[in-house]
Amino acid sequence: MISSKILGGLFRTAALFAATVAVTAQAGTASLLIRNATVHTVTADATAPLQNTDLLVQDGRIAAIGKNLSAPAGVQVVDAAGKAVTPGTFGGLARIGLEEIGLESTTGDHSHRLGQMRPEFDVTMAFNPESMSLPIHRSNGVTFTVLTPGSVSGGSLVAGLGAPTSLDGSLPGNQRAMFIDVGGDANDLSGGSRAAQFMLLRQAVVEARAPNLVMVHDERLLTPSGRQVLLDYLKGAGPFVFDVDRAVDIRRTLQFIKEEKIRGVIRGGAEAWRVAAELAAAGVPVILDPLDNLPNSFDSLGATLTNAARLRAAGVTVAFSMRSPEVHDAGKVRQAAGNAVSHGMPFADGLAAITRIPAEIFGVADRFGSIAVGRPADLVMWSGDPLEVSSLPELVVANGQLESLESRHRALRDRYHERLKQGQAR
Amino acid sequence: MSMDTRRHPIAVLTLLSALATLTACATSSAPASTTAKSSKSTEVPVATSVTTAYPSTYVVPTSAPTLIRGATVLTGTGERLDGADVLLRDGKIASIGRNLELPAGGKLIDGQGKWVTPGLIDVHSHLGVYASPGVEAHSDGNEATAPSTPQVWAEHSIWPQDPGFEAALEGGITTLHVLPGSANLFGGRSVTVKNVPSVTYQGMKFPEAPHGLKMACGENPKRVYGNRRVLPSTRMGNVAGWRAQWIEAQEYMREQKNYETRRAAGEKNPMLRPPKRDLRLETLSAVLRGEINVQHHCYRADEMAIVLDMAKEFGYKVTAFHHATEAYKISNLLAENNVCAAVWADWWGFKMESYDAIPENMVLVDAAPGGCAIVHSDSSEGIQRLNQEAAKGIAYARRMGREIAPEHAIKWVTTNAAKALSIQDRTGSIEPGKMADVVVWNGNPFSVYAQAQAVFIDGVLRFDRSAQSGVPHSDFLLGQPAAQGVLQ
Repeated sequence: MISSKILGGLFRTAALFAATVAVTAQAGTASLLIRNATVHTVTADATAPLQNTDLLVQDGRIAAIGKNLSAPAGVQVVDAAGKAVTPGTFGGLARIGLEEIGLESTTGDHSHRLGQMRPEFDVTMAFNPESMSLPIHRSNGVTFTVLTPGSVSGGSLVAGLGAPTSLDGSLPGNQRAMFIDVGGDANDLSGGSRAAQFMLLRQAVVEARAPNLVMVHDERLLTPSGRQVLLDYLKGAGPFVFDVDRAVDIRRTLQFIKEEKIRGVIRGGAEAWRVAAELAAAGVPVILDPLDNLPNSFDSLGATLTNAARLRAAGVTVAFSMRSPEVHDAGKVRQAAGNAVSHGMPFADGLAAITRIPAEIFGVADRFGSIAVGRPADLVMWSGDPLEVSSLPELVVANGQLESLESRHRALRDRYHERLKQGQAR
Repeated sequence: MSMDTRRHPIAVLTLLSALATLTACATSSAPASTTAKSSKSTEVPVATSVTTAYPSTYVVPTSAPTLIRGATVLTGTGERLDGADVLLRDGKIASIGRNLELPAGGKLIDGQGKWVTPGLIDVHSHLGVYASPGVEAHSDGNEATAPSTPQVWAEHSIWPQDPGFEAALEGGITTLHVLPGSANLFGGRSVTVKNVPSVTYQGMKFPEAPHGLKMACGENPKRVYGNRRVLPSTRMGNVAGWRAQWIEAQEYMREQKNYETRRAAGEKNPMLRPPKRDLRLETLSAVLRGEINVQHHCYRADEMAIVLDMAKEFGYKVTAFHHATEAYKISNLLAENNVCAAVWADWWGFKMESYDAIPENMVLVDAAPGGCAIVHSDSSEGIQRLNQEAAKGIAYARRMGREIAPEHAIKWVTTNAAKALSIQDRTGSIEPGKMADVVVWNGNPFSVYAQAQAVFIDGVLRFDRSAQSGVPHSDFLLGQPAAQGVLQ
């Protein structure tokens, strides 16, 4: 079956490789000097990556970026040997810490089924920072995500509030975003027609903007607290993220954004490339899944692998997330970015789409998504090209914390690898 | 017997032809065999597997010879040849070597900087049976109306217009195995198809490839039927459900044999009739005779071990465990039983039985002496980039100190997959005489940036990235206003 030559190769312990795994430092607040790295700062004014550059992190913050930096006392030195250092990557609009096991409802808190429009539903109140998924995603270079509520059957097309959060195990900060579902997949939440979706949204806006409006209870869409929260967002407390795919629905969403003078974001956007000029003119960003290329529904007949490249070429701000909300899919965003690049998106844009751009969209660009002096250190050193599936992190700093690469996955791996070596995996 | 026949598919098919002939004699409604040989095998119990029914109508179009010159070739047999030439002629791989001559009228592909691999094979797909768009009307993959439906054939649900087939082709998929879903203990027959455009599924059907039987462990059957208050609602119910069906199949075979024995003895009793055909038991008895492969959806290690014991109890062989997220816990056991594990690279946590899935699964299965690891998709997205899924395995192996060469990893998506479909004597590797199912990549296929430049199926160029017409294969996408300009 397998030749002895190959078996030999398989069982060869890669001693050389082990020596190149740079960091075995104690996890904790990061203080380290990374030497000779290729630093992708991904700041808005960055042009090319910085070659042969040193990066000093002290007490969890970026203290210096330059050549031949000296290591202060007590700071560990890591030789990157030319490897890439990037900002920590984005896990997308996801359920990390909101769902442990997809099919087990007692472990899933991402969506409500209250049967009412509850814009005040704040999904961060369910976030579990000790989910096993956090260390797994961190060890793959994901340092931040957006906790995202869903519009599910029995819920509402206004899914509620989500939030950007670090995967360092801390709780989310104050930024929130309002999530709304538009299109055929939300038809059962709007009486069977997408026409009713904007009708309901406009009614909710009227209620929120006129808190003293006299209505009998049965006519109201919103609770008093819901009216207050929606009003806050109409006044700019955070972005509205519309899940919408069909080109003409995106146009109608842009119209709604314009009329209500709100900060809008398109998510999904399978046919966004067909309205690229309008999106660019409106300055509305798109968070899309670059792997989305099949006509999964009649809302996405124009899906294509070149969506991201075409939107960027038209000047649209583009970030990436997987369409699937499965917890494990959050780890796939980086692979998706690589595929966007192989289908025409410039590399720098592909990297920004999983670092700085989502951080900017969700108002946390001071903490995530770029490497700049004075910022909290949130970065990854990679074994190779940062968008390459064959690359993995060798060092992860999340929100100033040097992270161990340990996880439940790794513990299982090590246990059964040992058994296999003894011929006891049975 | 089952082992022997599986190793020699052609012999099986001759035998099956004979069986089909007997069937045709036995019942008026049976389909006639088109390739019947003389019925010398009257001693064989006649449980008609009718693998020759609904035959393939795929005909290999003629094509000019193609010479790929100076490429890096991963043969699928564990070898890597740098600067090698590959000649495709008359639908077959004619030769591999250096300085091969371009036959008159042949096409030359400059392989400089390119990598050549066997066409990729996905052993777990629902393309066509859960087609795009995913509207209710396209939910044809699971006859979830009874816990056991071995009588259904996935091929009778395949919609050849699924746009997913062409997308998979662009990812280098030349052969795929389409299965029914996993709601049922026995989900029905699965089928191997060539990834060629066709109006009918018969025009895609891989000629003379044995069927599979989809079986499913664990949560899905017990959830779907437990909720309806019918067996199974537990894992022990799953096992009892399977065993009861195997016992019925054994009884069916006994009745068949009894009939054959009496007929052979010249009994003239007008009441002597063969047992009535039973599609359910035809499938199951064909498994017990080793004519149909068992493709068993099973996540947990402990359940796979139970299934292996059940296979021993009833005398059949499990060909592959699919999904097998805990295969790494029993990699020695699987290898010793010569069972492949077809796995995802990095899916986990979507159900309790996938909680222990780890991305090193394929690597640990592969590392067991004699282990057979396969990377599968179970996804219309994943099938488009099986090479990238395998690349993740290489990366995770490296992180644990194991170096896996590309010439080895390619087996996870070619030769090992072909073995699990019993087509390894015809495709899955670049060897003289094999089907010319070949992909030319723009570089190392185990890269996120890798793209299939040219995909050949039986020597015919079915995808050429440099000459995309913009006209979709799928009728569904033809003339759709929203899809205009997708290719520019």
